[in-house]
Amino acid sequence: MNYERIKEKLEILADAAKYDVSCSSRGSKRQNKNKGLGDSSGMGICHSYTEDGRCVSLLKILLTNVCIFDCAYCVTRKSNDIKRAGFTVQEVVDLTINFYRRNYIEGLFLSSGIFTSPDATMERLIRVAKKLRLEENFNGYIHLKSIPGASDELMQEAGLYADRLSVNIEIPTKEGLKLLAPDKDHKDFIQPMKAVKNAIDLYKSEKEIIKSTPIYAPAGQSTQMIVGATGESDRDIMYSANFFYNKFQMKRVYYSGYIPVADDSRLPAIGTEVPMMRENRLYQTDWLLRFYGFDVREILNEHHQNLDMDIDPKLSWALRNLDQFPIDINRAEKRMLARIPGVGMKSVGKILSARRYRKLGWDHLKAIGISMNRSKYFITCSSREFESRDLTPIQIKSQILLSGSSKYSKNFTNQLSLF
Amino acid sequence: MERVLQYDGSFDGLLTTIFTIYQHKIKSPIIQAPAQQQSSIFGTAHEVITEPEKAHRVLKRMNELSTPQDMREFYKAFLSEVIGIENTLFQYCQQTFEAGKAPSGDYGNSIILKISQAAKMVGREKHRMEAFIRFHLIEDDLYYANCEPDFNVLPLIASHFKNRYADQKWVIYDLKRDFGISYDLHEVVEVTINFKDPRSQRGIVNTGGLKESRFRESENNYRDLWNQYFKSTNIESRKNMKLHLQHVPRRYWKYLSEKVA
Ligand code: SF4
Repeated sequence: MNYERIKEKLEILADAAKYDVSCSSRGSKRQNKNKGLGDSSGMGICHSYTEDGRCVSLLKILLTNVCIFDCAYCVTRKSNDIKRAGFTVQEVVDLTINFYRRNYIEGLFLSSGIFTSPDATMERLIRVAKKLRLEENFNGYIHLKSIPGASDELMQEAGLYADRLSVNIEIPTKEGLKLLAPDKDHKDFIQPMKAVKNAIDLYKSEKEIIKSTPIYAPAGQSTQMIVGATGESDRDIMYSANFFYNKFQMKRVYYSGYIPVADDSRLPAIGTEVPMMRENRLYQTDWLLRFYGFDVREILNEHHQNLDMDIDPKLSWALRNLDQFPIDINRAEKRMLARIPGVGMKSVGKILSARRYRKLGWDHLKAIGISMNRSKYFITCSSREFESRDLTPIQIKSQILLSGSSKYSKNFTNQLSLF
Repeated sequence: MERVLQYDGSFDGLLTTIFTIYQHKIKSPIIQAPAQQQSSIFGTAHEVITEPEKAHRVLKRMNELSTPQDMREFYKAFLSEVIGIENTLFQYCQQTFEAGKAPSGDYGNSIILKISQAAKMVGREKHRMEAFIRFHLIEDDLYYANCEPDFNVLPLIASHFKNRYADQKWVIYDLKRDFGISYDLHEVVEVTINFKDPRSQRGIVNTGGLKESRFRESENNYRDLWNQYFKSTNIESRKNMKLHLQHVPRRYWKYLSEKVA
């Protein structure tokens, strides 16, 4: 192996792949078998963190950054004057195995520029995954990027070796896509998603009848949207996301604040700040939809098209719906407990469990780890004293902002420690 | 009268101590591990000799009265080595025996809360070790890693690594507590390495921190490649060191080649 050459390729092809924010390696059901290498039945592990605070759990690279397309928002676009490189199938396999054996990674995330046709590209990606599974007996995590426009047959095959498949929609609205990626068609993104969803359904129903049916993309599919490249509202973004969650049973939708990579009059200028705060708010909203039982229309609608930047979306929702509060900690059902600002799902579980033993007061709630600073305006419990009920939303908001300034100051992340 | 009971620091030792407390109806016991022996002002110290059979009787009874989840928390809290945790664990047993049932999930109860917090810290450390262990191929077929976890988590991570690296021999060594776990393709056993022996000397080098390494050439290469990958995957315009440090506290850096280089 020529390490210097590989190192150079890594430099180029990891650099080009880093804008894909998907990093999850969880949710698969692939167990180590026949004493082979690896196991991805666990929770997924971040083995390191970049200096920007993102998790490193997979070897995330492009097979090649040669591309025949010219999407304006992409570093790999044809018209960009950059060094090009490509890995061989064997090189990717060797890197994956050797990184995995040293516990650097959970597996591979492989994407690629479209070097001849979508099918030829997809076919090469599949070859890597196939080799890892069949020749190396590798049970670590494999995420393959589906190439927009790849055929249904190839998508069918890809899911037999990959844990997760994704095709990035990138631009949340059709109009935006037309503007920035004129060679691409909205349906080129949708078609592979559809193929994967159908295959997942098919294998699942077969599995119920025939035990030996192979697993198909056990960690499902995901997609990514770039935020802030075109003028879409948060409502546009989250409604798209909601569509993907419902229509294609997406496991995850990722939101990626646009990082200017091109001088192009259609796009924010180079040097424009990455909208990290907005990205963070979108992830919080996403969590409210997936884990907290919110309907997207409760959070974003005609009257409320963009998320607040100064407070989190749950608090924002609560302030707009004060009539639903206060909530009685000792009696409210789970669904309502989950709606209290400052109370996360873990705390909800603890409240439910602890109140079987005794009525809970402020001290108990504090000890359990609830952020009183936000929640106290929205709850009653068995303690006698309580916050004045006559505050207006604006008063509550300003008191919260004053009391918890550090919480809302400039440190934000896209991987979450929320609510 | 308060009685100080000293045990050997092992889990069986603690359970034997709890057995002894009941056997001799000791009223206000204070349990201490060897590491925390202070000359006691409370009363006479009594040294408990670990007896697996007694330990198993306590464990069996606790298992009957608790959920597996309770017992996992109990064990994890023990591994936290937090000063005084033994006494909390004893009080927990007391409450369980008295009620005839473990007080699962009674987070309004300070004992439960303490145990669940200790268990949580240990759980976090367990995940960190699963993430930050870095193997180095030191012989043709042996992968070796040093670590210094905040809490005693090797017993908790053994099965994770055994499942994952079923086809490679490995050793994970806790330099702080001076013992390791070793997998020989069949089972995981505890080992202590005599680092004075030159053959095993290799084990003691701070594998992450050493520039001039004794490892095989290809080892340096893979480490280089990994470091290169780490560098290339960073996005400068999103840099956020505060967040970075929250995820990777400095004390872990010396075993992470990507942070040392
Ligand atoms: S097809 Fe993909 S790799 Fe090629 S320019 Fe468009 S987004 Fe970039």
